[in-house]
Amino acid sequence: MSDPVPARPTGGDLIYRQRRPVRLWHWINALSVIVMLMSGLMIFNAHPQLYWGQYGANHETPWLAIGSTGASGFLRIGAVTVPTTGVLGISHGVALAFPPLLTIPSGYDLAAARQWHFAFAWLLVIPGLLFWLWGLASRHFQHDLAPTPAELHPRHLWQDITDHARLRFHTGEAARRYNILQKLSYIGIIFGLLPAMVLTGLTMSPGMDAAWPWLLDVFGGRQSARSIHFICAALIVGFIVVHLLMVLLAGPFNELRSMITGWYRLPQEKAR
Amino acid sequence: MTILTRRRLIGSIGASAGGLLLSGCDRIVASPAVRHVLGAGESLTMGSQRLLSNRSALAREFSALDMSPVFRTNGNTNPDTDDYDSHIAEGFANWRLIVDGLVRRPLSLSLAQIRAMPHRTQITRHDCVEGWSAIGKWTGLPLKLALDAAGVLAAARYVVFHCADDFDGDPYYESIDLIDAYHPQSILAWGMNDQLLGVGHGAPLRLRVERQLGYKQAKYVMRVELVASLDKIGGGKGGYWEDSAGYQWYAGI
Ligand code: HEM
Repeated sequence: MSDPVPARPTGGDLIYRQRRPVRLWHWINALSVIVMLMSGLMIFNAHPQLYWGQYGANHETPWLAIGSTGASGFLRIGAVTVPTTGVLGISHGVALAFPPLLTIPSGYDLAAARQWHFAFAWLLVIPGLLFWLWGLASRHFQHDLAPTPAELHPRHLWQDITDHARLRFHTGEAARRYNILQKLSYIGIIFGLLPAMVLTGLTMSPGMDAAWPWLLDVFGGRQSARSIHFICAALIVGFIVVHLLMVLLAGPFNELRSMITGWYRLPQEKAR
Repeated sequence: MTILTRRRLIGSIGASAGGLLLSGCDRIVASPAVRHVLGAGESLTMGSQRLLSNRSALAREFSALDMSPVFRTNGNTNPDTDDYDSHIAEGFANWRLIVDGLVRRPLSLSLAQIRAMPHRTQITRHDCVEGWSAIGKWTGLPLKLALDAAGVLAAARYVVFHCADDFDGDPYYESIDLIDAYHPQSILAWGMNDQLLGVGHGAPLRLRVERQLGYKQAKYVMRVELVASLDKIGGGKGGYWEDSAGYQWYAGI
């Protein structure tokens, strides 16, 4: 995003927006995140209850449970039970917490799901670490993702939130860079949720707990780590939904072109 | 005759698109070439866990206050054979643990002999591959002592545990490599939570290999065999669940 551009680009100009390492990482990461989410849901299906603490099994009370009694599915969080027949717990007569359309593999197969999950974990972690190194060295993070003090001013933040809510996106010269909400959510993903997923994932591994015992102290036990892993996955799903919605609203052709070829056409200035 | 409403049409298009997507995906998921590539991830995982941890890095040991109030059972909870029933009736007085294969001096140990040997007690977390965990207290013979007593030959690479239980006639067995076999927390447990090991948890002897998942913790152990290769044992993948359902042999994650 810092490459040479015409002296002062305006709406309608084609600018070079995404450098190759960003594009490469982005698509590898998107693939691995989606495979990890889908195989993760199958792994969850093997014991669809979550606990806090070091241990937790059928004799403990889960804080979250998905299941079915007879033909009706439910989601229970704490004392609240929501009927979810046809979506969670049971759908099309299949009694699984998450339905076949959302999982890898689609039919119950814990062994295969774990094989997918742990293979794609490498595709998440290795490119992720390389992207961290490159992003710092090339100053992509400092230059394109770090918010400026002015952007963090509550008035500016509020302005951006209300603009987004009215679907008024930046245009012309102002659209050359990520807006503050984009910056914050991308930083949250790259430095918050993705590392949290990896570390809580490692905490669930008995082998890693022996190698790095501090993992258990950081997350408060294996079952807490499992709960945090699930919550972070849900937050990533939330990010993806909003992310894709924004791509659609901002103009999917132009947005996708920029993430595939690097080139982006600045939206025309509109009279407000 | 059915009337094709718009809603039903959309519904069935959706369902068949979903079905196509599913069968396409499942074909990819089931393809041997894909499973082969994914298997590389598994070796990478085992290799890097071994690289990151000391050979004798211990699994966390907890205090008595951290123990699960109820430690659930799983898998087979009783071998249910005539042989095993008579062992229960005799209080396992005639149970023998055989240690053989690639060893200098094959052993046949009674439980009385095993309990008279040095023991180790540890309060550790048991993690099922399905996701739940329970913390319990185990007392037993360090596997290293049994192996040293038998004298492991240089050609041995794996330790196979043959069990008294089976699933539909396929005997349960498990295997670990020598790094895990000599690990200080690897024990043949005869006691659990300050009592003799119960039938549901694998009486009279069960393996504890604390840096791996539950299916490696073989119950009802009758025979410990040292081998150079796992190819000729059972289905060749090193364990009952590995053979029958494709679970990973290295269960450190
Ligand atoms: C599969 C569907 C996806 C599409 C179509 C998509 C599309 C895009 C586009 C067009 C951009 C550039 C936005 C701009 O230039 O204003 C972008 C950036 C980004 N996306 Fe995605 N994305 C997808 C999935 C994901 C997933 C699964 C994640 C992570 C969980 C993700 C994380 C990010 C991040 C962190 C950036 C900023 C990259 C940077 O500049 O460092 N995306 N995405």
